[in-house]
Amino acid sequence: MQCELCKTRTATVHLTEIVDGQRTESHLCQNCAQKEGITIKNQLSLNELLSSLIAAHQESDEQSGTESQISCPVCGITMEMFRKQALLGCPKDYEVIEKAHDGNLTHKGKTPGGVPLTAPEIATDEQAEVKNENKSDSTGSLQAEELKKLLEKAVCDEDYELAAKLRDQLKALEQ
Amino acid sequence: MRLNELSSRLSQWFSPEAPLSDIVISSRVRLARNVAGHKFISRCNEAEKRKILEMLKETILSLNESAQGWLTPLGDIFFIDIEHGSGLERDLLIERQLISRNLAAGKGPRGVVIAKNELFAAQINEEDHLRLAVFAAGLNLDKCWGRINDIDDAIGKKVKYAFSPRLGFLTACPTNLGTGIRVSVMLHLPGLKMTDQLKKLFEAAKDMNLAVRGLFGEGTEAVGDFFQVSNQVTLGISEEKTVEDFMTLIIPKIVEYERLARDRLLVKDTNILDDRISRAMAVLKNAKIISSHEAMFLLSNLRMGINMGRVKEISINTINELFLLTQPAHLQINKGQNLDAEQRDILRAETLRAKLN
Repeated sequence: MQCELCKTRTATVHLTEIVDGQRTESHLCQNCAQKEGITIKNQLSLNELLSSLIAAHQESDEQSGTESQISCPVCGITMEMFRKQALLGCPKDYEVIEKAHDGNLTHKGKTPGGVPLTAPEIATDEQAEVKNENKSDSTGSLQAEELKKLLEKAVCDEDYELAAKLRDQLKALEQ
Repeated sequence: MRLNELSSRLSQWFSPEAPLSDIVISSRVRLARNVAGHKFISRCNEAEKRKILEMLKETILSLNESAQGWLTPLGDIFFIDIEHGSGLERDLLIERQLISRNLAAGKGPRGVVIAKNELFAAQINEEDHLRLAVFAAGLNLDKCWGRINDIDDAIGKKVKYAFSPRLGFLTACPTNLGTGIRVSVMLHLPGLKMTDQLKKLFEAAKDMNLAVRGLFGEGTEAVGDFFQVSNQVTLGISEEKTVEDFMTLIIPKIVEYERLARDRLLVKDTNILDDRISRAMAVLKNAKIISSHEAMFLLSNLRMGINMGRVKEISINTINELFLLTQPAHLQINKGQNLDAEQRDILRAETLRAKLN
């Protein structure tokens, strides 16, 4: 079937309208249907659609719009731009856009060049902290070992309810 | 070094002698790094990107000088310009897992430094300024980590990284913030697939904050029962702990389940198993036209047959080699000309018949 408007392409959009009991049918090709505003462009990427939806949803959640207005003095990125791209513009953004990371977690791991960063006075403080941590760690890890053993046994016995409980306990302990 | 030197041989990380290599194809550790005092890539203009590229390229190419005392030397390394390279060259590097689709599709000055043995690749101006990666055959993550740690230390002494004591290495995407480490293992899991247990694996992986993807990483579906498992948490957990979890807990467990599934197939469903393997063999040995998707799928079944002792006359190395040689860019570069999809399907079938008969 040919498109009613351009009379060249094949009609792929078939529209039946009933207005005041009057029935009209139109058969159009994709291009003409788009021009008439009947269909939307079919190539809208799913990612774009989803991220704009999520952004819209989060914006409506916020009571004040001030946060999304803040832009980084170095690279000019705003909260809104970050939400859309999921990419930050420069290292400074981690200070400007607080929601970029989970504020509770801190870095555990290596430092650039493998060189320790801390100045001597702070280091002593930190060493004390490390010692304390080690203490609580050793009792913690003992418990964790036991829990792990119990968990393995529970899995072997196919007691998944118990296993789930033990797993949650382990998680809590590790945190 | 010319790229067709790469295209005609097997990647070293495809070795059948490595630990657990019947199920674990390869291990990879990558680190995301950015240079302090510059914007991240998405906000950089061309001149800034070029400056970063030149600086990192120089630094990395001179690494061999500082390699004394390393556990493993870097070997010969060379730079490949991705900005001015051909589409075919980019595809070849993707097929060999040396660069990401993201780097290939990017814009502006960018490139990769790779080791001739293909066990090291440093992508410059991908999502971050620098993406270091070290590969090994089989389950060998601790070796990968030791090696990449040395390389990263050496670069970190010459280049000032964007780093915060509280948040660690600062990355363009917050999902890499902290250690910037991504530990991934490529697995061949036809047993779990045949016994319908993959869903369980995916659910367990989700619970443990792991990502499971298809063969070529992000955004690709699994082809031929190959899966890539990787960590997702980079903040609040050290590199060593991440690697250790994979080496001692996660991967050995998955391998154990795959072995159980294979044993079950051998006991209960020998006919179905042998039928599938024989059909794969028959098509691969005789087809005149074959798509890369079908070839991957059938080679995967044949690989399982060899590893389970059902096929004796073909070596696992031949199969590993065919996985690479039958990919689109490999076919074209080895033939020395551009081919359309139909010509590729014919050449692929020819290549398979020649190697398997």
